[in-house]
Amino acid sequence: MSQENAIEVRNLVVHNTALTAVRGLDFTLPAGARMGLVGESGSGKTLTALALMGLLPMGWQANGSVRHDGVDLITQSDRALSNRRGRTISMVFQDPLSSLDPVRRIGQQVSSVIRRHTQAGKKEAERRTVDLFRQMSLPRPEQLMRAYPHEISGGQRQRIMIAMALACYPQLIIADEPTTALDVTVQKQVLRLLNTAVQERGSALIMITHDLPIIAAMCDTVAVMYAGKIVEMGPVAEVFRHPRHHYTKGLLDSQPTMDNIALDGSSRLASIPGMVPPLHSLPAGCAFHPRCAAATEQCITQVPTLDDGPRRAACWHPIGATVPMEVA
Amino acid sequence: MTMAANDPSLVPPLLEMRQVTQTYALNRQSLLGARPQLTVLDNIHFDVRPGEAVGLVGESGSGKTTLTRILTGMEKPREGHVFYDGRDVWAGGAEHWRQFRRSVQVVMQNPRSSLDPRMRIGSSLLEPLRSLKIDGDHAARVFEVLDQVGLTRQALERYPHEFSGGQLQRIAIARALMPGPKVLIADEPVSALDVSIQAQVLNLLKDLVNNLGLSLVFIAHDLSVVAYTTSRVSVMSAGRIVEVGKPMDLFVRPQAEATQNLVGAILTVESGLAGNALG
Repeated sequence: MSQENAIEVRNLVVHNTALTAVRGLDFTLPAGARMGLVGESGSGKTLTALALMGLLPMGWQANGSVRHDGVDLITQSDRALSNRRGRTISMVFQDPLSSLDPVRRIGQQVSSVIRRHTQAGKKEAERRTVDLFRQMSLPRPEQLMRAYPHEISGGQRQRIMIAMALACYPQLIIADEPTTALDVTVQKQVLRLLNTAVQERGSALIMITHDLPIIAAMCDTVAVMYAGKIVEMGPVAEVFRHPRHHYTKGLLDSQPTMDNIALDGSSRLASIPGMVPPLHSLPAGCAFHPRCAAATEQCITQVPTLDDGPRRAACWHPIGATVPMEVA
Repeated sequence: MTMAANDPSLVPPLLEMRQVTQTYALNRQSLLGARPQLTVLDNIHFDVRPGEAVGLVGESGSGKTTLTRILTGMEKPREGHVFYDGRDVWAGGAEHWRQFRRSVQVVMQNPRSSLDPRMRIGSSLLEPLRSLKIDGDHAARVFEVLDQVGLTRQALERYPHEFSGGQLQRIAIARALMPGPKVLIADEPVSALDVSIQAQVLNLLKDLVNNLGLSLVFIAHDLSVVAYTTSRVSVMSAGRIVEVGKPMDLFVRPQAEATQNLVGAILTVESGLAGNALG
């Protein structure tokens, strides 16, 4: 199993009766690899994750193919998917408070995942849970078993969620904004623990976030999503140092950092004008063209596709190219 | 703590907190016992001068929100004083209180919950004039403010759900500007917004300070965002202001432990790519 890809997504489309939120996604994640999925709200990144997990909200449907562990997740029954979640593929959500059951003890919630997917009995599952808590550097793991979610801090709760997601050594972990709801000073610690735990298990990771520094710290490759499509992908260092798509560059430039702001108050941050288009009125051609300074007639009428190679971008006038791309 | 020792400005502060201590009473531990007190703010000095942009950073639970509530008059401090324009707001009489409430306006973190979903934007903008009983040409004021925040008149007839988060934050800023405030207090104004929009709102706040001569109190947990918008930053920890300084100095030579933690927590793309960000 270890040599196989953790996940292969082909032409994934997620839609409901009126809207199409994810418009044809293709990516492959080798076993143990780590990919960042960047996008703003409305880019379709969370629906992509939910589609991979088989957890789409009522009314939404996924098409295309998602190969994972020898099966196509799209065609699997609810029962088969439920059997899989937490075992071969698991997810860490943004808000741990709303993903933990408030009326069950923490130990019970985590050990029930282990009992659901392994042969372990009650005692054995509890022993493993305590071990997991210890790996997550949680204080007093034995007492924590009997605590309720409201009794512990947000950072601790998120570490519990990570422990739960990793309990059965999944091949793939999807983390959707795992530190956004946490205090900045706790963020690094949680990321570090997630990093180590994923590494030790050899799991593949899809890190979904709008926070570019987190992707830079945690992932090997990155895919930038805009309006339901991947507009740029490649090795994270190359994409972030030499972005080819104007949207990626805009995102990078609008981060206030020590490097791009003069701290005497004289500088102005570069910002991307306009806003993310709503799904019901996506612009024709390149969806980013109304906000793009480099847009031409071609961008308004023709939809760019991801070009080939290790550094793919879907842009008619990619940054760094001297000759305009011809129509494919 | 020394307050703004390196600030050359001799202009008296416009809004100021002096020796403010705030405590809340907790539940009794025993039937006849005294109620234990929780000290949320401990002897706080905080001020902002006319046209100055100051920042306030700290972890959650450090007391930022309580400080904001006291600064805006939503809470009365147990000890200490709040001065607006040189006069104690809790002892300055009704007319001064009115001036104070009118001149100090707040922008909250999440515009979706701070704007009434059933009210058209136009009505929301007029609300502060109505509740503060401000006379004058309201329509002209609305148009003027829309212009200042970069919104069109079409926005007035619409409802909040028709806008994106970034536009709503502009609307919330517009509403705060309606009574013609002297001080704008922004509590985490960009942390609920998308990255590409954050820069727009930060630039807008910066322009307002420069063009209208507003004073800005910018409260956030992210030191780099605060550094971009302000020229003097106070760091809070456990109810006290533990360090005050220019953003650059705090970045380069953080003294207090809380400041060091905040600076250490900053992740950047470059440190991430270098592989030592999570060190």
